[in-house]
Amino acid sequence: MLQSIIASILKAAIRAGTPLLYGTLGEVYAERSGILNLGVEGMMILGAVTGFAVTRITGNPWLGIAAAAVVGGLSSLIHAVLSITLMANQVVSGLALTMFGLGLSGLIGKPYIGVKIPSISDVKIPLLCEIPIIGPAFFNQDPLVYISYILVPVLWFVLFKTSLGIKIRSVGESPETADALGVNVSLIRYGCTFFGGVMAGIAGAYLSVVYTPAWIERMTAGRGWIVIALTIFAMWDPLRSAIGSYLFGGVDALQYHLQPYGISPSLLGMLPFILTIVVLVFGAEETIRKKMGAPAALGVPYKRGEK
Amino acid sequence: MRIRLEKREYESKLLSVGVSFLMLFLALLAVAIIFWAYGVNPAVAYGKIFRGAFGSLYGFSETIVKAIPLLLCGIGLTLAFKALIWNIGAEGQLLIGAVAATGIALNLAAPSYVILPLMFAAGFVAGAAWSLLPAILKAKLNVNEVITTLMLNYIALKLVEYLVYGPWRGPEEWGFPYTSKFPPEARLPRIPGTRIHYPTLIIGVIAVVATYILLNKTKIGYEIRVVGENIDAARYAGINYLKTVLLVMVVSGGLAGIAGVGEVAGIQHRLRMGISPGYGYTAIIVAWLGGLNPWVTLASSILLGGLLVGGDIIQTSLGLPVAAIDIFNGIILIFIIAGEILKRYKIRIVR
Amino acid sequence: MEVVYTATQEPPIVFMKGIVKRFPGVIANDHVDFEVKAGEIHALLGENGAGKTTLMYILYGIYQADEGQIYIKGEPVEIKSPRDAIRHGIGMVHQHFKLVYRHTVAENVALGFARSFINPIEEVRRKILEFSERYGLKVNPDARIWELSAGEQQRVEIIKALYGGAEVLILDEPTSVLTPSETRELFKTLKEMKAENKAIIFITHKLDEVFEVSDRVTVLRKGKVVSTLKTSETNKRELARLMVGREVLFRLERKPVETGEVLLKVENLTVLNDRGLPAVKGVSFTIRAGEILGIAGVAGNGQRELVEAITGLRKVESGRIICMGKDVTNCSPRVIAMLGMAHIPEERIRLGIAPGMSVAENLILKSYHAKPFSGMLMLNWGVIRETAEKLVKEYDIMTPSINTPAKLLSGGNIQRLILARELSGGARVIVAAHPTYGLDVGATEYIRKLLLKQRERGCGILLVSEDLEEVLNLSDRIAVMFEGEFMGIVKPEEASIEEIGLMMAGTMRLDAERHTKRGDL
Repeated sequence: MLQSIIASILKAAIRAGTPLLYGTLGEVYAERSGILNLGVEGMMILGAVTGFAVTRITGNPWLGIAAAAVVGGLSSLIHAVLSITLMANQVVSGLALTMFGLGLSGLIGKPYIGVKIPSISDVKIPLLCEIPIIGPAFFNQDPLVYISYILVPVLWFVLFKTSLGIKIRSVGESPETADALGVNVSLIRYGCTFFGGVMAGIAGAYLSVVYTPAWIERMTAGRGWIVIALTIFAMWDPLRSAIGSYLFGGVDALQYHLQPYGISPSLLGMLPFILTIVVLVFGAEETIRKKMGAPAALGVPYKRGEK
Repeated sequence: MRIRLEKREYESKLLSVGVSFLMLFLALLAVAIIFWAYGVNPAVAYGKIFRGAFGSLYGFSETIVKAIPLLLCGIGLTLAFKALIWNIGAEGQLLIGAVAATGIALNLAAPSYVILPLMFAAGFVAGAAWSLLPAILKAKLNVNEVITTLMLNYIALKLVEYLVYGPWRGPEEWGFPYTSKFPPEARLPRIPGTRIHYPTLIIGVIAVVATYILLNKTKIGYEIRVVGENIDAARYAGINYLKTVLLVMVVSGGLAGIAGVGEVAGIQHRLRMGISPGYGYTAIIVAWLGGLNPWVTLASSILLGGLLVGGDIIQTSLGLPVAAIDIFNGIILIFIIAGEILKRYKIRIVR
Repeated sequence: MEVVYTATQEPPIVFMKGIVKRFPGVIANDHVDFEVKAGEIHALLGENGAGKTTLMYILYGIYQADEGQIYIKGEPVEIKSPRDAIRHGIGMVHQHFKLVYRHTVAENVALGFARSFINPIEEVRRKILEFSERYGLKVNPDARIWELSAGEQQRVEIIKALYGGAEVLILDEPTSVLTPSETRELFKTLKEMKAENKAIIFITHKLDEVFEVSDRVTVLRKGKVVSTLKTSETNKRELARLMVGREVLFRLERKPVETGEVLLKVENLTVLNDRGLPAVKGVSFTIRAGEILGIAGVAGNGQRELVEAITGLRKVESGRIICMGKDVTNCSPRVIAMLGMAHIPEERIRLGIAPGMSVAENLILKSYHAKPFSGMLMLNWGVIRETAEKLVKEYDIMTPSINTPAKLLSGGNIQRLILARELSGGARVIVAAHPTYGLDVGATEYIRKLLLKQRERGCGILLVSEDLEEVLNLSDRIAVMFEGEFMGIVKPEEASIEEIGLMMAGTMRLDAERHTKRGDL
């Protein structure tokens, strides 16, 4: 009995954490290259509405998710142009994109409120799903969850064990150094921002096509901001992103289970945000910053020859 | 043929204003295109917005109603942004101010002339306190204030949620997440025939004047401006950075708190979810559009207030969702910051 | 121009012919001919501003020459970027390292030179250890850059250059960040490379090093080549003379002035630099009313840290600073300014003005908080404006109005603004750091005259300048600073140019006997 409760909590935690994970993995890459993307919320909601609409129109949820990825990527290009080429203030640019995304998605999504779509159902992985507790939690999920399982180690590997990863991280730490060695700083930053947008789009589509599935205005409910917090919590590491996402997802899932005990879900809902502030303070200590902190050039526009 | 960016030798005020207007115009054009793509005649839409927000006396009064919290938050943000402190937490500071005012309204029995000032004071203090943590973290540990203030927005939101679903839920409200209605003494007087809660408006206008005087005529204002201009020179001049950061954050948080008091005591007469349709975020645009000048901010708060009212109108009459107004906000902001590069750089086409 | 070439069969590996490079207002390289042979260490000697780094930046592709031609192995080449230079076998170790501090050594090398996509660190690590062995460049490939000492970081830069296949290695003031033992290690390494027939260009201002490690030396002065000599055929005195020049210096009217009471006394001052190493080592001196103490020396020998410590912008590790009789060690800049010390900063735009604010507002930057410019809360704009108009007239600041943003002013006028601000408050101690740097002749003349006038009025002035001519003209006494210490304090009339040059280069140190008659330092 207890086993199945734990399993179901874990399963719910993973499901709830998956959109956060997709978003965080993308934002990690963007921030590692030095671009602070506060527009994740906007990109996610655009992905959500696109995924839903395309699924409704084509009847194929996978097309919906693919379309959402494309839309997420395209919308991130707005932020990229503003931040990289036009060297605008990245904070304000991201906020603007979020507002725009929330608005546009509301507009596009209007006809789809209350509409039903074909969704993607869970797939049991044989043998693995028999493992007590872990099995039904981890291996009885929908395919997008499985894809995220694979993405985590792959993205970790690319970032830390390939020459591309070194270039990305160097561009985010010290663009002058990378530039002096012939690395195309702008291209890397555009690429990582685009990747972040694609992942945010998928994250949003997951919410509307798989998780709920439905279209509700502003359904991301601040998850985009949590992604930004998670990126810091994960110390810009894909592996830790998974831990963080499932943790925060677990807080989400736990709410419903703790309610009978009288703990207000609103108070529980504060936890991710309080946790983030704590981590930020923690991260501000000098020594920790040297080893595990933010990329040094995060949020700072780069132009060759200017100080 | 290539496009090259050349840093301008100097930026004239005329150029600044010109670029801002150009960008605003382009933004409105872009939104018109979106309307048209959606099947809505942009001329009709803009017409309705303008008439609704500025065409009738009642419409204009509603514009003012929306402008009040935008003004208060916007002025506070002007101060913070002048010192290059990115306070994104006006939304949360507003909510906390509302919470504080509600606490007093529902638990203290006293005549209006006691309870209303007390509510304003509590709102200011609460909003200021809410911004204190990010301020200290920024000044002492250089923790990014964008994220900390943002997080506190969500915490404040959750706090309100907790209170109205929980301990503060009005017993007579049939299970709805509302607090009880404020007693009549705890409600702000309005200009008859409108919803304008004028005490808050007066505070807002005073804030504009005070900010103008503060920034341009006082020692502290001078220090704030130097800190925002060149933090190294500020240090060389002996200016205390910690003091400056704390001051601008506390004031901007307090003003946002007062905006919150206005919303619950002037409009809603209770605390509930959704008392702010993102005033704290829209105020960022108000401040930015206002070029960090208190008087222009006054104007831009009315403009954006009008846009919010217009948004309500086209939502009902044209069937556009509430979110449509965010498109406006987003696009305006995108065009404004895209335009900023024109202020700093000349565009040269090189053959 | 004396040019001496050793007779050899093969062409030099690098030949720069007739290089001209102009920047606004100055000719950095004036028809420079320079060549290096394979298997030699060639020192490039000169003071700051002589044009050494500019010349090498042209060779490395960071700058492009206005005129002239570069030949590599006899073939004319175009070097438009560092990538081109690297392709031609030229590597450069910069004075200010270009490294990603948080990454490991291997990651830094892999950034530019990794060949495989997957796990590039393995091959890089192997090759680094190889170079380590071959050249004695001991460094741990998995150490993070911030963990390494300056000497080890430099080794990483050298390895990067070698990894790129450099046959010509340029080192820009490499020993400026090294300890003596690290310097010895470096020289050993350089000699190994020389044995492998690599060409090494060694930029320096230190005479001892030239003799320790180089085969030939080229001396640059004010953008021109003064001489290229075989190191074995010259000596320190000759090089010092060539480096510093023997022209008769134009002397300004420096009237003899009775010196008064001690205004500034610095005792045994030790100050650390940004890396935590001692930049000022036990410096002591006094300045009396009516005198100018000039600090001569190549930049980077602790002058900046000394000035920052005295003006309250940097922490003092040990020692005391006494201004106008009060101990101001580690006091805030405001307290020190209020006591009567003016500071004309080295970086006038970064530190000295708030660029977007008006001339008037900048004029009160230090004094706004007190009467008569403000009361309890409010600024007194009437007084501010009046004072601003007066100062603009008095100091000849060319500006459309007192409301013009300061950043629109020319360099010279910004400096006049700073002078007006600092000197109008009745300060008795003036700390002037590179006050005429980058200014035209007119502004320079004006500022020097102004300083002399303050001296006549009884101020005590500390003048830090790289322009030796300026220091010689204006100072009553000169302290030569090298590696954080005063090599000697002399009167300009009593010391020869050669001696000063030797002190600047760290070779000579004066004993107590040679100090001024009154016995105070």
